[in-house]
Amino acid sequence: MDHLTALENKSIFIIREAYYRFRNIAMLWSVGKDSTTLLWLVRKAFFGEVPFPVIHIDTTYKFPEMYRFRDEYAKKWGLNLIVGRNEGQVEAGMGPGKGTKLDCCNELKTNALKRIIEKNGFKGLLLGIRRDEHGIRAKERVFSPRDENFKWDYEDQPAELWDQYKSTAAEDNHFRVHPILHMTELDIWKYIKRENIPLTELYLSKSGKRYRSIGCAPCCSPIDSNASNVDEIIAELESSHTSERAGRAQDKEDAYTMQKLRSLGYM
Amino acid sequence: MEDRSLHIVIVGSVDHGKSTLIGRLFFDSGSLPPEKLEEIKRVCAELGRPLEFAYVMDNLEEERTRGITIDIAHTFFTTTKRKYVIIDAPGHKEFLKNMISGSSQAEAAILLVETTRGIQEQTLRHCYILSLLGIKQVAVTVNKMDLAGYSEAAFLDLKKKIEEVTAKYGITPSYIIPISAMEGENVAKRSEKLSWYKGPTVLEALDSFEAMRIEEKGARFPVQDIYEIAGKKIVAGRIEAGTLREGQELWVLPGKTKAKVACIKKYLEPDLNEARVGECVGLVLDGADVKRGDILSESLAPSITTTVHANIFWMIDKDYRLGIPLTFKCATQEARGKIERIRRRFDPASESDAVTDADKISQAEVAEVDITLSAEVAIEKFSDIPELGRFVLEHEGHPVAGGIII
Repeated sequence: MDHLTALENKSIFIIREAYYRFRNIAMLWSVGKDSTTLLWLVRKAFFGEVPFPVIHIDTTYKFPEMYRFRDEYAKKWGLNLIVGRNEGQVEAGMGPGKGTKLDCCNELKTNALKRIIEKNGFKGLLLGIRRDEHGIRAKERVFSPRDENFKWDYEDQPAELWDQYKSTAAEDNHFRVHPILHMTELDIWKYIKRENIPLTELYLSKSGKRYRSIGCAPCCSPIDSNASNVDEIIAELESSHTSERAGRAQDKEDAYTMQKLRSLGYM
Repeated sequence: MEDRSLHIVIVGSVDHGKSTLIGRLFFDSGSLPPEKLEEIKRVCAELGRPLEFAYVMDNLEEERTRGITIDIAHTFFTTTKRKYVIIDAPGHKEFLKNMISGSSQAEAAILLVETTRGIQEQTLRHCYILSLLGIKQVAVTVNKMDLAGYSEAAFLDLKKKIEEVTAKYGITPSYIIPISAMEGENVAKRSEKLSWYKGPTVLEALDSFEAMRIEEKGARFPVQDIYEIAGKKIVAGRIEAGTLREGQELWVLPGKTKAKVACIKKYLEPDLNEARVGECVGLVLDGADVKRGDILSESLAPSITTTVHANIFWMIDKDYRLGIPLTFKCATQEARGKIERIRRRFDPASESDAVTDADKISQAEVAEVDITLSAEVAIEKFSDIPELGRFVLEHEGHPVAGGIII
């Protein structure tokens, strides 16, 4: 079995395991390359169907291309799309210009997500995070329990042996499940190429610039690049050494912003 | 270049330099992104420390301020030969469950022993865990050779002790390599200071390891779930051994009924008439009704039983006492049960003899036990079909032990 097929099978096994365990489950779709790949894998796991809701956390600061792509494929793939916004904070003017990045991400993303989980009572949440994205994400388990305050207890994570994932204990409110944790950025692009997965054009070079990682428009910087198709992106990554999230503002504020955000329940 | 990546776990006692070795490996082979190096330099300057290679792996604030590894981290690394997933395991006894979690994903290991401190309790424990988990490819590195003046005599002395201990615990090291992770001697580059050593560097040792070979065996398919799609019942699961073919007759275990593969399904692959080990597929079956936890098997080779004889390793800090209820999880099977008899228990790190017919098992101890279950399961020896020969025990939803069927 080749490398990409092995990665795909591991992901499908995890997705099906999570669906069996919780049934009342949802996946987070940021419309970026990783969660769109996850969505593709979910469709493969269930023979073309997506048997649970797909959540888009909308900070209102996303790129217009992302909203367009979301609506087009939600329709094409027949998704049960839930859009989550922290309306109170959006109206109060919370944004990247106000307070710290940590406050903004926490209010507009984490707290918006908390409300959706509480309202729908989801017991499992599929997320497209990867170990090679960030040192903190490298420490994650595939099935990661969260308590009622959504806290990630990174100092005392459960044992996770082979493909046996922790059962639900009394104090577990819900589980974050990470089916593509084992894929690297390069794996993702090679898989996108092999499967011909559609993506927003933000990743492709326009006048010498492209986005390598996307989120909220004010907090993402494009990189210098002439890669205007998936093959050229793969070639660029194979010869590059810069890290993927170098253009993401939230990681730069403090060495431990990601750790703090994640311990509060951030994706 | 090989296509598949090899998973390597780095183990050994606390402060013997595991995280530093990995950081060095990344740095010397040019695999460290420049901003990551900048971030590490900045954090080290803030903490008033010299450049700390361990911070490549130790990313939690608590790990850096306390100078320890708390949890495993997986990182990715490529040589001209192949891709690697490097798993850094913590060395403290209290984090043993994390070390075991990391090792359970590995095909090969590097065991570190520090020159001046020598073999410690955790060295022995980790060594035994590797052996239990069936990890056969192990390179031992003797680290901090700079502290021993790069002395060959000091190395040979420790090498002899390492050979004795590993032999006792059933491991034959592929190499024993003198290194200094801090100074980068024999990590990615051959050391001039250790010129008396003629074997491979750490990097060369990694490249000499082989990917686990998949042997051709009879088909085994643990049922993961049942879906109803377009009016058809689809039995989902992953093939854990052998090959499935359309028209094949299979036993449904533990009930010993029979079913026939009418159709093998994968999305966007309509003409599939065969699927192999490792593939996640859907089956349309004729014959017996199946449910999650059933094992579809080509033969009646698996044992159908309510008693499991196994070696287990106890991972949590609370003792087990005979009779405490547990949940047994093996492949997709789950059954309630308890340990009926503790034939012998011992601490791999201790000189004391094993206790026979014991009534408790404590943290970090290993035990040979008989587990009784409230329902039949289909199991095999770990050495025959790994997926049906290993299991996890849980108590009230928490994993407490791992086990290998003997």
